[in-house]
This record gives sequence, structure tokens and C-alpha cells, in this order.
Amino acid sequence: MFYREAGDFKTSYRDDGQTFPIRLDRWGYYAVLAVAFLVVPFVIDSYWANAVLVPFLIYAIAAIGLNILTGYAGQVSLGTGGFMAVGAYAVYKLMTAFPGVPIVIHIVLAGAITAIVGVLFGLPSLRIKGFYLAVATLAAQFFLVWLFNKVPWFYNYSASGQITAPERTILGWAVTGPATTASAKYLICLTFAVVLAWIARNLTRGMVGRKWMAIRDMDIAAEIIGVNPLTAKLSAFAVSSFFVGIAGALLFSVYLGAAEASEAFGINKSFLVLFMIIIGGLGSIFGSFAGAAFLVLLPVLLKNLLVVQLGWPTDLAAHIELMIVGALIIFFLIVEPHGLARLWALTKEKLRLWPFPH
Amino acid sequence: MQDGYTTPDGRQIGPVLLDLKNITLRFGGVEAIKNISFDIREGEIRAIIGPNGAGKSSMLNVISGFYVPQEGEIWFKGHRRGPMKPYEVARLGLARTFQNIALFDGMSVLDNIMTGRMNMMKASLFSQALWWGKAEREETANREQVEKIIDFLEIQNIRKTPVGRLPYGLKKRVELARALAAEPRILLLDEPMAGMNVEEKEDMCRFILDVNDEFGTTIALIEHDMGVVMDLSDRVVVMDYGRKIGDGTPDEVRNNPEVISAYLGVAHE
Repeated sequence: MFYREAGDFKTSYRDDGQTFPIRLDRWGYYAVLAVAFLVVPFVIDSYWANAVLVPFLIYAIAAIGLNILTGYAGQVSLGTGGFMAVGAYAVYKLMTAFPGVPIVIHIVLAGAITAIVGVLFGLPSLRIKGFYLAVATLAAQFFLVWLFNKVPWFYNYSASGQITAPERTILGWAVTGPATTASAKYLICLTFAVVLAWIARNLTRGMVGRKWMAIRDMDIAAEIIGVNPLTAKLSAFAVSSFFVGIAGALLFSVYLGAAEASEAFGINKSFLVLFMIIIGGLGSIFGSFAGAAFLVLLPVLLKNLLVVQLGWPTDLAAHIELMIVGALIIFFLIVEPHGLARLWALTKEKLRLWPFPH
Repeated sequence: MQDGYTTPDGRQIGPVLLDLKNITLRFGGVEAIKNISFDIREGEIRAIIGPNGAGKSSMLNVISGFYVPQEGEIWFKGHRRGPMKPYEVARLGLARTFQNIALFDGMSVLDNIMTGRMNMMKASLFSQALWWGKAEREETANREQVEKIIDFLEIQNIRKTPVGRLPYGLKKRVELARALAAEPRILLLDEPMAGMNVEEKEDMCRFILDVNDEFGTTIALIEHDMGVVMDLSDRVVVMDYGRKIGDGTPDEVRNNPEVISAYLGVAHE
């Protein structure tokens, strides 16, 4: 009844092109942001931060990154884990080499380094597409993880072969290292997630986004009306890898604290993020958040239900949990092949007309 | 006719804009186009006709840079055009529509038409990421131009609809809108009326004539509907088996014995 555009007239093209054209939508998102920034940091405890919110935000960033490449530009990638590893090792090398530089700059630089690596591994996309490209990016996944394991320079010759994040602070608050509080972890991830989601939205509603989608929908026609496929595809790889690299940097430095390439950034990570965007919805920023929430929250919910509420043994619960998550993924894809974002869009379309559908 | 001519309905046709000289195109051993020359003049509506498989679409693909001919020269605005990528040809001022609609199905009508203006939008990736400065100004300015085209083609009510949901006739119109958005010097239309009913054909004819009249756009079109071709076009090229068998005004072509035999067959006695 309140959720509709009737009476909400736009008088300029600028207004018409905004992110949330419906007033209620706009206020809803502002309210969520206000709660996320002003309320949650004061009530969050380390269980909520470590089990739910921080991984959700970090995976949402990675999912937005992969969604730009796969959902918007139509280039399938199975190298997400490898690119996250690039971000993680880049931020580690930068943190240890230049301890005086603020950590935020290191994280952004790690994203930039990953963007360069992403462009290199994106070069095959100029010749091949679809499954063949997926296999080419799979090679990136295995090569990068192998590289970080085999070349000791990347982990500063540490005996364990692991990388460990030293303590770094923002305005006196520790955001990496063992002394970090739950709210500091949460706030830095939230800030990155919000800013990056906003950037992703701007890119995808502008001309770059249209070029990506044109390449995705019909590459030959796109080229004939003036899209240079080289720059369109490589810019998608660059932007996507930038996002994924920042997610990897945050995952290592803020969330895990210590990591080892094949364990933390293996092929499982690539598939996890790919599942997130498929379940959430290809070509949707909201879908990236929804998919990340689904795959991060569901195991936590099930564990609480089975172990805490029903008192099942932990190992049994862990296996049942895998089966339920798998079954739910299949169920969701059969019910709505376009993901949670499409489900949400349909609900909104119905709400616009409610309660007078005719 | 060196510097143009006047059409029977009084339109002034300018000098040669696109000149094709001795074009030959081969696919392996098959000669799709055999030594064809013709020109397209500023402001005229030029039709290419011929039976199925005559090489008309190949000719259009040569003009739009999708195929590179083995022999021959293409002169555009008085300059010889070297081998070019299709997106480079688009920047010279050629836009086209396709025989099988080639719209971007996942995008809205508005976004599809906005894509046509990509060569007018030069904001950096950084400016677009922040939606600040040049990116935002360009977006608004180009949206205004696109709205003019939307008004012109009478598709205001579907501007936010995803293209995949539209019926065939409207898709053809959106594709024309996307080509027009590029403000081309030459507009290439590959069978703009294929598969349309009489009413839709009449609409499309009206739009083609209006585009030519209001924007002064030069138009080259391929069409099978002879009535449409003879009514719309100023000059007609007739192709058969990759050869040019006729070239001239609709009346000249209609009375050309070779054209008649290609279309109707020859009586064998």
C-alpha cells in the first residue's frame, strides 16, 4: 500500500536514474544502514562477529566481485579463491614491508594488485568463452595457490609456511591481530562492504555496466554497435578482481589472522562464492548480499538448531548440515532459477500493486 | 549526377558518402560477392534487393566491417577505409540493425538505447565508479537525447520494460532506436520489415521516411517486400548469385530484363 511509485513523480532524469526510485525502498535501506553503523557495533559480541556478520560481509564483497564478472559481463570464473589469495598475500607483504602506512591503504592496494593479476588471467577470455574460459580460470586457481605455497618469499620465509597478520590500528583501534575487538572487525568490514557495494552499483548503472551487459547478452552485436570487447572484458576482470582481492585481504588480515594458501583459498572457496551468486541471483548487487547471507547463515542456523536445540552429536550434525544445505540449494534453484534477487524483485512487483492488483 | 540529384518528390541528394569499388568476398572456395561496385549518396535511401542467397547480407556485413573483403576498396567520406574492427567502423558513424533481432535481452529498453550512445560518453572508470562529475553530467545529457528518440519512435510506455518481454514488432522498433541513438551518418537496415504484419510495416516505413527527413540520415536497407522497396527507396541495387545485375531508380530496375528474369525466371522454349 505504501510501497509504490504512484504519486512519487520524478522531475529530472537525474532523479529517475537513482538507485532506489521508490521512496519506501530508499528509507528502508537508509534505516538498515543506520542500524548497521550506529546500533550493531555497540551490541555485537565476538560470537556474532566471528560466526555470522564478519564472514557475511567479507563474502558479500567477494560475491559482488564475482557477480560483476560472471553476472554482469558473462565471463565464467572459477578462480575466485586464487584471486582472494592474491589479495591476502599482497596485503601481508605490504603490511610487513611498510608497517607505517595505514592498513586501509594496504587493503586498497592489495585490491589493485589483484586487479592486475586478474587482467593477466583474463586475457584468455578474448579468445574463449563459457566452459572453456571456466577451465582457463581454474588453471589460475591452482597456479596461484601453488605459487604461494612454493615460493617462500611470499610468506616471508616463515617456518610454518603460514602468513600471520601483525597488529595494525585505525585511529588507535586495533583492526588486525589478536587484540582486535569484535566491533572493530565488524566496522571495518561493514565500511568496505558498503563503499564497494555503492561503487559496484554506480558502475553497473552507468556506461561501463551497459558495455559489460551488452557483451554478456550478445557479444557480436555489442561489437558492431561500438563496444571494444578487449577493454570491456578486461575492465570487468580488473574491477571484479579488485573486489575479490579486497575480500581476500580482509578475510586474511581481519577475520582469520593467519592463513595458508591451499587451506584458506582452495578451490572450495571458488565454488562457495560461485554458489553464492547463483543462489543470490546473477547480475544483482542485492543478490550478492542475499547469496552470501544464505550460505553463511544457513550452516550457523542449522548447527544451532541441531546441536544446541535438539542435542545431536556434533559430528552427526555436521554431516546432516552439509546434506541439508545441498538439498536446499537444489530446491531453491528448481523453484527460482534466477535466485533470491529475482524472488525479491517479484515480491516487490506484487507489493507495488497490493492491495489492488487490477 | 556528379554532385547529387533531385528526387521526384523534390529532396536534394548530396555527393557520394560511401563508395564501394570492385568488392569481392570469398568464404573458402565460395564467392559470396563477385566484383561489385556501387555508391551511396548523402541523404538518399538506397535499397539492396535480390533473391535469397544473393549476397545482400554479406554486402551489409562488409560495409559494417564484420567481414573484410579479399579484393576491392571502401571509400567513406572521401577517404579510403583500411581493414577495421566493427567497433571502429561504428565510431566512424555507421549504425545498423540485424536481420535476426540482436538486442540485449537482459537489459531494459532504455538501457538498450543508451548503449547506442556509448561513443558519445567518455567519462573515466573512476568518475563512473563515484557517479560524480563527468559521468553524471554525461548520463543526464545523453538520457535527454535518448528520450527524444523514444518520443520520435513512440515507445514511451515501454522504456523501463526488459527487452526480452516485448513482442517482435516492438523489438524491431527498439533496435532501430538503438541504431538511431548513435546519430549515424549512414544507417544500415537488414530486413527491417521481416515478419511484420501490414500495420507494423506501415509504421516502420513511416519511421524510416521520418528518420531520413528529420535527421537527414542516409539509409541503406535490405528488404524482400518489393512494394515497400519500390515506394521507399531512391535508388536500388539488385544482386543475384553474388553479382550485381541492376542499379538505378526503382522504375529503371523494374524494367530491367535481367532483374525480371532473376525474380520471375526465364521462359525456356
